[in-house]
Amino acid sequence: MTATLGKDLIGLETLSREQLQLILDTAEPFKEVSERAIKKVPALRGKTIVNLFFEASTRTRISFEFAEKRLSADTVNVASTGSSVSKGETLVDTARNLEAMRIDMVVIRHGSSGAAQFLGQRIRSNVINAGDGKHEHPTQGLLDMLTLRDRFKRLEGLKVAICGDILHSRVARSNIWGLTKLGAQVGVCGPATLLPRNVHELGVTILPRIEDAIQWADALNVLRLQLERMEAGFLPSLREYNRVFGVTNERLSRAPKDLLILHPGPMNRGVEIDSDVADGPHSVILPQVTNGVAVRMAVLYLLAGGSPDWAHPGGGGE
Amino acid sequence: MDDRALARTLARMATEIIERAQGTEGLVLVGIQRRGVELAARLRALIAQSEGVQVPRGKLDITLYRDDLQTVGPRPVVGETSLPDLDGRIVAIVDDVLYTGRTVRAALDECSDFGRPRRILLCVLIDRGGRELPIQADIVGRTVSAGPGDRVDVLVSELDGRDAVELVRP
Repeated sequence: MTATLGKDLIGLETLSREQLQLILDTAEPFKEVSERAIKKVPALRGKTIVNLFFEASTRTRISFEFAEKRLSADTVNVASTGSSVSKGETLVDTARNLEAMRIDMVVIRHGSSGAAQFLGQRIRSNVINAGDGKHEHPTQGLLDMLTLRDRFKRLEGLKVAICGDILHSRVARSNIWGLTKLGAQVGVCGPATLLPRNVHELGVTILPRIEDAIQWADALNVLRLQLERMEAGFLPSLREYNRVFGVTNERLSRAPKDLLILHPGPMNRGVEIDSDVADGPHSVILPQVTNGVAVRMAVLYLLAGGSPDWAHPGGGGE
Repeated sequence: MDDRALARTLARMATEIIERAQGTEGLVLVGIQRRGVELAARLRALIAQSEGVQVPRGKLDITLYRDDLQTVGPRPVVGETSLPDLDGRIVAIVDDVLYTGRTVRAALDECSDFGRPRRILLCVLIDRGGRELPIQADIVGRTVSAGPGDRVDVLVSELDGRDAVELVRP
């Protein structure tokens, strides 16, 4: 195995098939660590990790924090409110000050696309993108892929329909890049106002109606419909969205086979997904959350050894 | 060491494990990934033959407990760990080659994160000397004196297509 991840994890677009495979395969043994009575291994002992969250997040931040703690790293959480960021400090200054305190890794969530890459090019620490604007959310893409692989035992040839607001979704982008690289077919389904103009250039099938997606797919990844979008005029009303694009049991009952249901959370029950689907037998929404911790442990573990000097094949020692 | 010599050695080790543990009561066999897992399975089958008891088994991957993770470069592949209840048991850790002792140190740390065994025994097929830590085996298949540049290869048919132990001097 010669693939390494390099210094940062910015997105899935820039990763090779081998690197994606390496992360997913490494996540497998980490699942078991979270099942132990003592949920901790010493792999990252002595490493200091800063979770720098400029946007609200519960699931992703807690998931990263569990992953870090279960690998025995020391962690600090910085939120934009209540820190010097609210006093106007720039992103780079914040990070350089943290680096002056001898940290090893930064996990960053930021509202601007490209923030993680910008930071990664300017500091020596490893940078992990936990969501940047409308660009990517690589660990969410990876945990979705791991969950799909768990259930179907393969990604090659699998048909995954991503439904909802594709235009503003970093989750959609990470899923599209990651899944297509590993040989899955990706379809996108949503109102025309919420599909990127040239989305077909990403190698996806456009499914204009939710009924088309349900006929076509093996699995649906239902995105959260952000309520702000309605105010911005992309949608007439949430009720109409639910009527036209909502994933309901009634619609699923007309599928040729049982579809696996994914959702990155937080859910708007009764808008993009109905409760009886979210809580139904084919929903893997909670297994996704469990897999999130394993995937993030794998990424942290792999990056901690990923200094550029080591990124050459044959350098490993036994 | 050819396949027949290996079989005789394993049979003796299985007997010694039973002697040391005074029977199979509370005994657990834990193999260290990867070849230790295969050897533990063989020993378990031998114990089942002579004692008529299938003792619980486990496998241990020590990668995340290595003391050189900061320096090894590209991350080593992490294998599977699955252990039965270890509290109050007699745990026989099985590995193919005992060399520096660092793998065993890591295995002891990992075991203690899973419970508090009554006793831990170390069983190795080959003790090649060269310890860097104060660790010794309780049950040894064969002792060889190998220099720092030498390699001891344990081959098992499950993974390598044949059973043998070879000392490779470059």
